[in-house]
Amino acid sequence: MILKSALWGSAAGVCLAAGLATIATAEEITIATVNNGDMVRMQALSPAWEEQTGNTINWVVLEENVLRQNVTTDISTGGGQYDVMTIGTYEAPIWGANDWLVSLNDGMADDWNADDLLPAIRGGLTVDGTLVAAPFYGESSMVMYRRDLMEAAGLEMPEAPTWQFIREAAAAMTDRDADINGICARGKAGWGENMAFLTAMSNSFGARWFDMDWTAQFDSPEWAETLTFYLEMMAESGPAGAANNGFNENLTLFQQGKCGMWIDATVAASFVTNPEDSTVADQVGFALAPDTGLGKRGNWLWAWSLAIPASSDKQEIAKDFISWATGPGYTTLVAENEGWANVPPGTRQSLYDNAEYLAAAPFAQMTLDSINSADPTAPSVQEVPYTGVQFVAIPEFAGIATQVGQQFSDALAGNMTAEEALAAAQTLTTEEMEAAGY
Amino acid sequence: MARAISTPKKIMWTALAWGVGLLIFFPILWTFLTSFKTEATAISDPPVWFLFDWTTENYSDVLARSNYPLALMNSIIIAVGSTLLGIVIAVPAAWAMAFVPGKRTKDVLMWMLSTKMLPAVGVLYPLVLIAKYLNVYDSRIMLIVVLMLINLPIIVWMLYTYFREIPGEILEAARMDGASLGKEIIYVLTPMALPGIASTILLNIILAWNEAFWTILLTTVDAAPLTKFIASFSAPEGLFYAKLSAASIMAIAPIIVMGWFSQKQLVRGLTFGAVK
Repeated sequence: MILKSALWGSAAGVCLAAGLATIATAEEITIATVNNGDMVRMQALSPAWEEQTGNTINWVVLEENVLRQNVTTDISTGGGQYDVMTIGTYEAPIWGANDWLVSLNDGMADDWNADDLLPAIRGGLTVDGTLVAAPFYGESSMVMYRRDLMEAAGLEMPEAPTWQFIREAAAAMTDRDADINGICARGKAGWGENMAFLTAMSNSFGARWFDMDWTAQFDSPEWAETLTFYLEMMAESGPAGAANNGFNENLTLFQQGKCGMWIDATVAASFVTNPEDSTVADQVGFALAPDTGLGKRGNWLWAWSLAIPASSDKQEIAKDFISWATGPGYTTLVAENEGWANVPPGTRQSLYDNAEYLAAAPFAQMTLDSINSADPTAPSVQEVPYTGVQFVAIPEFAGIATQVGQQFSDALAGNMTAEEALAAAQTLTTEEMEAAGY
Repeated sequence: MARAISTPKKIMWTALAWGVGLLIFFPILWTFLTSFKTEATAISDPPVWFLFDWTTENYSDVLARSNYPLALMNSIIIAVGSTLLGIVIAVPAAWAMAFVPGKRTKDVLMWMLSTKMLPAVGVLYPLVLIAKYLNVYDSRIMLIVVLMLINLPIIVWMLYTYFREIPGEILEAARMDGASLGKEIIYVLTPMALPGIASTILLNIILAWNEAFWTILLTTVDAAPLTKFIASFSAPEGLFYAKLSAASIMAIAPIIVMGWFSQKQLVRGLTFGAVK
């Protein structure tokens, strides 16, 4: 009886001690993230990490631009409100250079293999040899097209088309009476909207934002050719009101069967091939972003990544979470719960070596090829003083490119000519860069 | 004597009023309908009006993904708190300007209004640093004070306009009867200006409820109100219109209900003194 009581007492003591230890080590971290399918999925699966570690998560899920305002305010003032931030490829090199982010070169979980990360993605998140963010999913851009309309037009999409082919195919596929537009592309003003598309496109035409002296290059013949080609192609075969169309508007048009081709983010592939949302899901083909034969394709490179602000006082736990969310184990967890097609793409080579993933995601190889063909350190045919494919990794870029985007969007709306838009872009970029001390 | 209006004219004006009313109400109606659709139906072309499979899935998804009760509670506390604090400060200020104006009263009023033209982002960093220093970042009290300061010029202006309609002789009579300044304001002025004060309160609660710059940037989790709740359902890459509509309806429903019940008071206050 005494022994029994002693045993029960010991067991209770052990349980209490274990409970107290858990309470003592359990922490609460705050994660700011963007509202998209992959991130929302991560939020839904995160209880697995909470159960595993005993820690809890406060989620702050926000629209992309609102998130950017929030985390930029917090990190630049050392606010310390967030322990993990979701940042883009644009922010990573700038914030990393300011020593605002914690190095992920060490302290990550043993099975988190940095060498497995795709070189282009890893390169964009590395500052002076220091990995400042871990990619959660990566994307490039590519051509998504209607195979039935292409066939009806008597054409065959090459795996690596030229811009000239795209323009001719778009004209052939356009049927205004049937409300089918040969080409859909971004026209809405914004550095992450039309300027992402046009900057990437300009790379393939041999244009660049700045020369090696940081002088704006909108007065160059390459930019004139880029913008003129874009405006003419959109006038011939683009949808009405294209100057207001961003990703979502074009996605809607494509899913409704109103676009022959759509050049946009590779992440769109899973949307347009989903039969629950897309009326043309079984007719979608993919091709690399177009080029002009100069050696660069018109595709961009982007990754949403998880980073730890230097102001966080829970950096070890934050690293543990990032190891879990961006490691190979998470990939398996998503595959088990949601299927291989929903695994966050574009960050690890091992995913593209996985036969099950390749079988479930028909767009996988094209995504990988698109990402691999983008080089953020040498985006243009000509030499440039900056990094970034569809952006220039300097703090001034977002403001300048949004203003330039307004000029180009105006030109697309027919309110000014290509020459006028380029002249305005040249003037305002020169003024802003001079004011910034370049 | 009331002016006689012919029946055809009456019908025409009624139809016009209904037309304008429906036009203004249409976006809310469309948001309401979309919130009960699937994402695929939400973007269907041609649009589906009523004949679709109504679903409440969006509402359950929104509730599952976010802490709506906390956001609602924060919105109520911040909107009501900032307005009441503003009223407490603005009533004496407006009294002074209306009944004992100085040489520069008009200038002060104009200067107060001009602060509304200051781009808010200009004081973002100072305010964030102050909040951090005082350890009130992501707190309701910080937002109550900030929103009160932002709306104070409007509150003072509105109250000043209402107070100017009240004859100063009545206050003088109260003073002659021995009322102190406090009693004069609380027992004489306030009851007479109640419709105006009520409409000021209602209008400023609506303004504070809708304020989306400070409420998003000065909060993370604990004090995040419905504006931040909505921002979590908008996405530039991905079609979540139905869920966004459900979140929008949940965010505006309380203020619509409040407006519905108080519309008589609101209209009365806004037209207070308009007709003599």
